Amino acid sequence: MLFFSYFKDLVGREVTVELKNDLAIRGTLHSVDQYLNIKLENTRVVDQDKFPHMLSVRNCFIRGSVVRYVQLPPDGVDIELLHDATRREARGG
Amino acid sequence: MQRRLDSSSIVDLHQGRSWHYLMKSPEDIYLSTSLDKKLLVLLRDGRKLLGILRSFDQFGAYERVIVSDLYCDIPLGLYVIRGENVVLIGELELEKEELPPHMTPVSEAEIKKGSEGGEGCYGSQGYNEKKDGISGYD
Repeated sequence: MLFFSYFKDLVGREVTVELKNDLAIRGTLHSVDQYLNIKLENTRVVDQDKFPHMLSVRNCFIRGSVVRYVQLPPDGVDIELLHDATRREARGG
Repeated sequence: MQRRLDSSSIVDLHQGRSWHYLMKSPEDIYLSTSLDKKLLVLLRDGRKLLGILRSFDQFGAYERVIVSDLYCDIPLGLYVIRGENVVLIGELELEKEELPPHMTPVSEAEIKKGSEGGEGCYGSQGYNEKKDGISGYD
């Protein structure tokens, strides 16, 4: 649940989601759920030439199980907050 | 008797018929906002399916096969897709061009030839459905 809460706080920020099939999509984080499924808005594919079928897609739903990375803006990462949350989760569950 | 298959569908076996009821799965919540919209669904095996969700028109769903700069749309009719096979569901803007202008449509026979011959390539890399797909959990 830790990263679910973390991503909820990042709604509205611009992120880049890299999938396991190497497709990378930049967009505004619209929503996330408990499975870490991600809904992005205003999307652009990073390597557009390699993925022509995605040309006119501007909103998409990405299944959590196919995500490899979620690239975040540096100022979206509060290390201390994450450390505290991790310790709490590890302790109590 | 009802048997739950996964988080997104229930099949009623008792009467020998099947109904697919969409539960409140994440895909369902997204899909209900996408009714009558044209969607692009990327599958784990690398296939790209396009179609309009839950409306009745003569096109139904079709698969778009892309090899290099060629593409072919192969009609499929009504498809029910199990959630675990889905990679991405994208909303296609109706007025926008779906593909770059340099791509040309060809017949099904031609595209099959192209993908078997291994000629398809984006830039310097080969394209094939397996490479574009996601196998298991890597």
